[in-house]
Amino acid sequence: MAVRLMTERKVVPYTGNMATAEALRQINPDVVAAYPITPQTEIMHFFANYVANGLVDTEFMTVESEHSALSAAVGAAAAGARAMTATAGPGLALMWEILGVASGMRLPIVIPVVNRALSAPINIHCDHSDMMGARDQGCIMLFSENAEEQYDNVIQAVRIAEDERVRLPVIIGMDGFIISHSIENVSLLTDDEVKKFVGKQTLTHSLLDIDNPVTHGPIAMADSYMEFKRQQREAMMNAYKVIREAGEEFAELKGKKYEHIETYKTEDAEYILIVMGSAAGTAKYTVDGLREKGEKVGLIKVRTFRPFPYYDVVDVIDASNVKAIGVMDRAETFGGYSGPLFEEVCTSLYTRGKIYPITGIVYGLGGRDCNLNHIEEAFDVVKRKAAGMDVPPVTYLNLRV
Amino acid sequence: MAQVSDKPKFVTREEVKMPPLKELTSMRDKIAPGHRLCTGCVAGTILRQMFMAAEAADYTLIIANATGCVEVCTSIYPYTSWKVPWIHNAFENAAATITGVEAAYKALKKKGMLPSDKKVKFVALAGDGGTYDIGFQSLSGAFERNHDFIYVCYDNEAYMNTGIQRSSATPRHASTTTQPAGKVIPGKPQPKKWMPEIAVAHGIPYVAQLAPSNFNDFFKKFTKALNTEGPSYLNIFCTCPRGWRAKEEEGILISKLAVETNYWPLFEVENGSWKINYKPKERKSVVEFLKKQGRFKHMFKSGNEHLIEELQQDVDKRWERLLKLEQL
Ligand SMILES: Cc1ncc(C[n+]2csc(CCOP(=O)(O)OP(=O)(O)O)c2C)c(N)n1
Ligand code: SF4
Ligand SMILES: [Mg+2]
Repeated sequence: MAVRLMTERKVVPYTGNMATAEALRQINPDVVAAYPITPQTEIMHFFANYVANGLVDTEFMTVESEHSALSAAVGAAAAGARAMTATAGPGLALMWEILGVASGMRLPIVIPVVNRALSAPINIHCDHSDMMGARDQGCIMLFSENAEEQYDNVIQAVRIAEDERVRLPVIIGMDGFIISHSIENVSLLTDDEVKKFVGKQTLTHSLLDIDNPVTHGPIAMADSYMEFKRQQREAMMNAYKVIREAGEEFAELKGKKYEHIETYKTEDAEYILIVMGSAAGTAKYTVDGLREKGEKVGLIKVRTFRPFPYYDVVDVIDASNVKAIGVMDRAETFGGYSGPLFEEVCTSLYTRGKIYPITGIVYGLGGRDCNLNHIEEAFDVVKRKAAGMDVPPVTYLNLRV
Repeated sequence: MAQVSDKPKFVTREEVKMPPLKELTSMRDKIAPGHRLCTGCVAGTILRQMFMAAEAADYTLIIANATGCVEVCTSIYPYTSWKVPWIHNAFENAAATITGVEAAYKALKKKGMLPSDKKVKFVALAGDGGTYDIGFQSLSGAFERNHDFIYVCYDNEAYMNTGIQRSSATPRHASTTTQPAGKVIPGKPQPKKWMPEIAVAHGIPYVAQLAPSNFNDFFKKFTKALNTEGPSYLNIFCTCPRGWRAKEEEGILISKLAVETNYWPLFEVENGSWKINYKPKERKSVVEFLKKQGRFKHMFKSGNEHLIEELQQDVDKRWERLLKLEQL
């Protein structure tokens, strides 16, 4: 049996990768499949040490590709095991085909992703193009702002994924290097608390139940395929509720509340930025600085990207004094109007009949720095938009000219 | 996972007790009738032979099936032909999928969560395309990790499900839809990939080549694979009347000719030692095998004699290599 290490709560100086590995150790999954890719690899180094030293009961599979990592997780999950894998950038791209298989077969696989840019040019640093490329493969998607959020999100993800109303894979993204390799204070739960929170899985339609054989992954023709897809949409809609419930229960346990979005000084804000991931931390700090100068600025951080919390976002914007909105995307949609987050926000507003000046901002591709000055620049763009000045559909922050 | 170093012991062929045919054929079939395989498709025969061996040894097979004819024809929702646990994930990952299932088995067994403690064997089932080509990496990885499973390749020598395209298992000069016999190029220029030896190179405990026409041998080999701890690779000859343009009723006859001509030798490799299980007293000319199939028709046109000669050379070379391997 796995050894209990954390018998008391602790605040520790951990990187995002250490925090993720710690969550994995405490979850103690049945099967973990791993393949190295920067900046994710380190998670599996830590985890492999837990395996080597008997700290987990996990069957640890060091497979020959990310495609096989997720394929093995699909097999394991269909057998009823609690299965996980982790990856980054091109690894997630290689998994793409099987992400749709996992969600279509309604398998609750938890996949921490360390966000990394896609090739070419090859680049190991952060942006969100990996998860955005996978956004329509039917997986729930959460983004974390820092190491502790990643730890908390991974633990909640097990509950969300396995909920009978949902049964979908969950991808939890944290920004490569910026979170994965930076040391922060992380407050950890005890092993028993995590064990209790994630609960026991139930064996549903297990491939190992030979007395009740099931066929997983049949071929569906045009007469039934659409119904499968519609059920997935409903599961995703249910996830909206289940993610919230898990967040509330987690708050009771840890005192830290997780919602679909987090708002920062938006109540009376005239200029609002919307952002995901680690840039939210920088943006909060920038908001404080600008507020000191008397500027009415605010921030919305999106935590749940799939299912997209369109009501929450619009409600918050509506309750503010907004004059213009800037949506910051750490990914491109070449040839589209602006980034994927921008498009979600626009659709959410328009379909509720809310028309505000809004502009797209692309930042941080391939690890390009995004500091206080750049967030200030982003607010400047929003102010110009509010003033009716000519602003391009997409502004690139911190671009060399 | 089993230790790579401890060499598994095999049941000998003599130890494999084959029940009387009457008993075998009256066993409850694990593959239901009504599947959509073409009339005369030998893939269906292979499945039944596999299940007979498994039933006789009291094993339940848990199967991961790659995309291909067998998968498509047996699982059209809301129906299924499978009376055993079965999963289809994708085309190129049957091996990775079944090793995930096997890992889950170990994990859940440790936790005391298994609903049944009967004997099970994990099987990856794929066509030649899903094995020799697109599934090759996943297969190689699974062998190297030494999972406890049987990899079954039903080799019909082309991508049949998508319309008879060439694969690396297609023999030289065969006509396929992507390398048709034309005026300039007479079918596939390259010889067939020699998959069994590649499997052996992984150092796995058991590799064998089977043909459904030789049921006795088939039964013994499948039973041996069931009793082998660690990976086994079974390369099974599979007549495809549709893709080979052969007579529906001649599937087993063609399999027999493949064996008698040494086109498809029957052998097995235990812990790296090769043994040819059947040496025809008088090896027939490969022509006997070729003339039954439309995919080789162009080779019989006058002026094309060299094509037949070349294929005969491929067959002879492989046989000689086998004889050498047996001496090792
Ligand atoms: C990634 C991917 N590429 C291609 C296909 C198309 N495809 C499906 S089945 C098949 C042929 C299968 O050939 P083989 O493995 O030899 O099995 P057979 O159909 O001959 O039984 C192909 C090319 C697919 N489903 N997925
Ligand atoms: S095409 Fe060939 S392999 Fe496929 S079902 Fe028909 S006969 Fe069998
Ligand atoms: Mg084939």
